[in-house]
Amino acid sequence: MTDSLPATLPLPTPNAESRAFWDACADGRLTFARCTACGSVQFPPQKSCTACGGVTGEASEASGQGTVFTYTINHRAPGPAFAARAPYVIALVDLAEGPRLMMNVINCAPEDVTIGMTVRITFEQRGEMALPQAEPV
Amino acid sequence: MGTSKAAITGVANTACGKLEGSTCLGLHAQVARGAVADAGLKLGDVDGLLCAYSFTEPHPMLASVVAEYLGIQPAYSACVSAGGATGGLQVMTAKALVESGMCRHVLCLTGDNRLSGMAPGAAVAALAQFGHGQFEVPYGITIPAAYAMVARRYMHDTGLTASDMAHIAVTTRNHARRHPDAQMRKPLSHDDVMASRVIADPLRLFDCALISDGAAGILVSAAPTGNGTDVRIVGAGQKNTHEHLISAPRDLQSFGCKFSACDAFAEAGMTTADIDVAEIYDSFTITLAIELESIGFFAKGSVGEAVSDGALDLGGSLPCNTHGGLLSFGHSGAAGGAFHVVEAVRQLRGQADDRQVPDATRAFVHGDGGILSAHVSLILERQS
Repeated sequence: MTDSLPATLPLPTPNAESRAFWDACADGRLTFARCTACGSVQFPPQKSCTACGGVTGEASEASGQGTVFTYTINHRAPGPAFAARAPYVIALVDLAEGPRLMMNVINCAPEDVTIGMTVRITFEQRGEMALPQAEPV
Repeated sequence: MGTSKAAITGVANTACGKLEGSTCLGLHAQVARGAVADAGLKLGDVDGLLCAYSFTEPHPMLASVVAEYLGIQPAYSACVSAGGATGGLQVMTAKALVESGMCRHVLCLTGDNRLSGMAPGAAVAALAQFGHGQFEVPYGITIPAAYAMVARRYMHDTGLTASDMAHIAVTTRNHARRHPDAQMRKPLSHDDVMASRVIADPLRLFDCALISDGAAGILVSAAPTGNGTDVRIVGAGQKNTHEHLISAPRDLQSFGCKFSACDAFAEAGMTTADIDVAEIYDSFTITLAIELESIGFFAKGSVGEAVSDGALDLGGSLPCNTHGGLLSFGHSGAAGGAFHVVEAVRQLRGQADDRQVPDATRAFVHGDGGILSAHVSLILERQS
């Protein structure tokens, strides 16, 4: 037998390239870094730009407005911690600034979520960290 | 026509399902010996070894571990890791190895005992780690949930329905019922699929691949061995656009399959109209629907009606996944996609028994790893 099932919800593990993003989340701010050379927004946060190879600079705060591009209502959780939440919505949300984030759509009934639905960012406190989540406007 | 002389000279597979008493390495050895024997050769003739990865034998140097277990010391060995595209990528890589003259016989092995060798639910949990550790996994992503998001959008954009996808599951099961090694051989009706429990809406249980013990072996040689029918690798192509769903092509339609297939067809000097039988990755019913339309076997928005009209049946316009695919034959990790290669070879040799496509001469094989992330296409041809 291999692999034990996680009993607690997983936390992101920040690294040198993502720590500023997660620190900002803990302050209730969603931020995106832009490439200093071409201006492309980089998400997930990383130091080199995927568009031109340039270096990303200081992050700026996002509007927190987004649109659901697609979603699922997930019934088969990856372990007991998520099973306690199932069924739950996982969505791809396109933020006004461009990046596409995966988030849960919370604070509404799963069956009320639709493609094209407008959402805003809220934060879920999980341990010492804050996770960006989506909720109806 | 393609100029490659590379040939698949031997294939082997284990049965799929819960193989009590199996081990990952034992399964590898079974198909290693089976594939070389199928070619009329001995393990000592193998001078190249390509392995993949395993959940139950998670050693990062699996090719060395397998060689040690087999008692062979090939001149070249390496691991190939591209999820469901691994089987096809091993063959594509082996083709290059034999064409370059570096190797004469490259043995491609894949296998895992992730059904009997892992705790219940552990394979699903382990597969969820394919998601982005910081930006997907904390949201409870699973592989079915990721494909469900792709499915939801594809249905929205093209009109594909859950009923259409259920027809794919039924067609595939009907094929598996003709294969003695398939894991799922009980009849499956359209109603059964539509009434099965929801895994990740809109995907239901029978829209999803199995979890299996099993292994596959494929021997790629620089030239035919003269032992049976000559199956040449006349085209191969790869295209990876992303790894994680958050970084996939924004329309969730422009996946790599279109491009990998285009390259393979160009090398072979063929088009989709030349293909007699197709073995295409079907981790979920939506996977197959998207790949069939993206590669160009069916126009966008038409695959649902085509499948319900029997296009993928043995007598249809494109017999597809004639062994039963990942949905009903079995899915044991990297071997899942390798079974498609094995079946294509059997079809081209005329060894597919009750599921034989009459006079199959040209086969298209496709594997996909990740969330439609990594794609490899192969075109195989019987030559007399």
